[in-house]
Amino acid sequence: MSTTLFIVQILNGLQLGILLFLVAAGLTLVFGVMDFINLAHGVQYMLGAYLAVAFFGLTGSFAAAVLLALPTALLLGLLLEVLVFRHLYDRDHLDQVLATFGVILFINEAVKIIWGAAPLNVPIPDVLSGSLRLMDGLFYPVYRLAIIAAGLGVAGLLAWLVNGTRVGMLVRAGATNAPMVSALGVDIRRLFMVVFGFGAMLAGFAGVMAAPILSVEPGMGDTLLILAFVVIVIGGIGSIRGAFLAALLVGLVDTLGRSFATDVMKLLVSPSAATNVGPALASMLIYILMAGVLFFRPAGLFPAGGKA
Amino acid sequence: MSADIAQAVRTPLRRPLDPRALAVPLVVFAALALLPAAAAFGATSYVLSLGARVMIFAIAAISLDLILGYGAMVSFGHAAYLGIGAYAAGILMAEGVDDALLGAGAAIAASGLFALVTGYVSIRTKGVAFIMITLAFGQMAYFVANSLSEYGGSDGLTMASRSTLLGLKLLKNDLTFYYVVLACLAGSYLLCRAVVAARFGRALRAIRENPVRMAAVGYDVERIRLVAYVIAGMIAGLSGFLLANQTEFVSPAYMAWQRSGELIVMVILGGMGSLVGAILGAVAFLMLEETLSHLMEHWKVVFGPLLVLVVLFVRGGLTGLLAGGKRHG
Repeated sequence: MSTTLFIVQILNGLQLGILLFLVAAGLTLVFGVMDFINLAHGVQYMLGAYLAVAFFGLTGSFAAAVLLALPTALLLGLLLEVLVFRHLYDRDHLDQVLATFGVILFINEAVKIIWGAAPLNVPIPDVLSGSLRLMDGLFYPVYRLAIIAAGLGVAGLLAWLVNGTRVGMLVRAGATNAPMVSALGVDIRRLFMVVFGFGAMLAGFAGVMAAPILSVEPGMGDTLLILAFVVIVIGGIGSIRGAFLAALLVGLVDTLGRSFATDVMKLLVSPSAATNVGPALASMLIYILMAGVLFFRPAGLFPAGGKA
Repeated sequence: MSADIAQAVRTPLRRPLDPRALAVPLVVFAALALLPAAAAFGATSYVLSLGARVMIFAIAAISLDLILGYGAMVSFGHAAYLGIGAYAAGILMAEGVDDALLGAGAAIAASGLFALVTGYVSIRTKGVAFIMITLAFGQMAYFVANSLSEYGGSDGLTMASRSTLLGLKLLKNDLTFYYVVLACLAGSYLLCRAVVAARFGRALRAIRENPVRMAAVGYDVERIRLVAYVIAGMIAGLSGFLLANQTEFVSPAYMAWQRSGELIVMVILGGMGSLVGAILGAVAFLMLEETLSHLMEHWKVVFGPLLVLVVLFVRGGLTGLLAGGKRHG
């Protein structure tokens, strides 16, 4: 395995990790602060991608599509919160799973009705097209670098929001002990709504950014949702820092596993067995990682303070 | 205090049986037994195969209810057992063993073994961690099935025919197959009822309410949980064997996490912790799916909101509705 291939795969892993972080950030806050399991969070990511397609079709400009898609994703998230989710905060986890499962079915199908079942595409914007020469013989698409940069920017912004602002302080307090925050006179419902809308927008942003490099299709959020759950469980529920580190970890493990598992297995077993076992093992790696983390550290690697 | 609990677990309940609690299962099983007679006037094979399919998923749902409703173990990887049972049937058939009893035995043994190993790890976690760790094991089984290239890989495996019973092709007949599935459903239901009613089942429910106290009283909490988990896995494996025989096809899709989600939906829809609720849930879920998908192409636009409404307004699922809206359990 050459060094260039290795570096490219590391960058790919980072890029997947960044997208995962954008989705997982909202999920972990909603879960940590409101104790609400939102299976429909992946749908927000899919909606982001479809909104990018729609607004790109209307305006012909990717920048305009991003600027229009973000507030729309926020509004759709808030609409879902008002219509369905806020009635579920007091219910047990199973009721939440069931209801949000229903929401997934509805939105996946609604998307199919509006845009059709065939995969759609958004072209990569001209400014960000082409590849950048990182070193001799190593070219990497500018757009993917842009995703990494944008994601790191959002992560920085989030870190400031959570650690440096009053709302962030309330969110952190809420993740540690929501009833206490409520008892101290904070309107926890409004805090929930802010967190929820913000999380929906982040997931939407991930969808918008992914639209030019992945095919936009119904159900694209479901796979990512499971990965995002893996991320927040590994990182520790309610912890933004944990979500960030775990997202990068999962992104890297998954990407590197898929590229190199077969090669590594060839060192251990016969080549034909390795081509069989390799891909299966690669797909399993993150789940093995999660099972291990859960078994040895049930609260995750970086738990939000105070919670066992 | 603790002595009271130990006493309560040890002595069987002597309260008179609520006639309604007995009536619902009787009506359900009578209806299922009589369905073929009614079907004789209509589209027979369609009704029979739909009925068999519903009952197969009802078996899986019952087994999930045993651990979910009575043990508060929310398994998000229960479809793995369905898949393991199905693959046991498919692989044996591909290797030339087509006896149903051997196939079912292998299916039950394989899923029991998988449940024993993964359960041993899983039951040590609680709450959300349990949900996610069972999901992780389910996904591992899913990817292993995808990599079985000798047995169809991700395309799935078509079976040459249905299993034979004592060398006879009895299961080929849709009516016979229907009653075999009904017998399996009745057997699974009675077994789970017996488990729940036994001292073991009361201990399981007591652990659901307060595991710390049960451990303090001297019960081996983890062993009781593990035994329940293995029983549930074995029953689900049986339903997987039946599913493979009905469709004569085995696919990794049987183990996809969405399937596990659907099984949970069936149990909650029917009302968890009542066993017969799991049957009702499977019937309601699959019949709704069938009816709506005949009526329109995009039936999920109706089905999804319906689920949300059920959660918001019908507490305790269908059995809760039958019992007059009171929350079950």
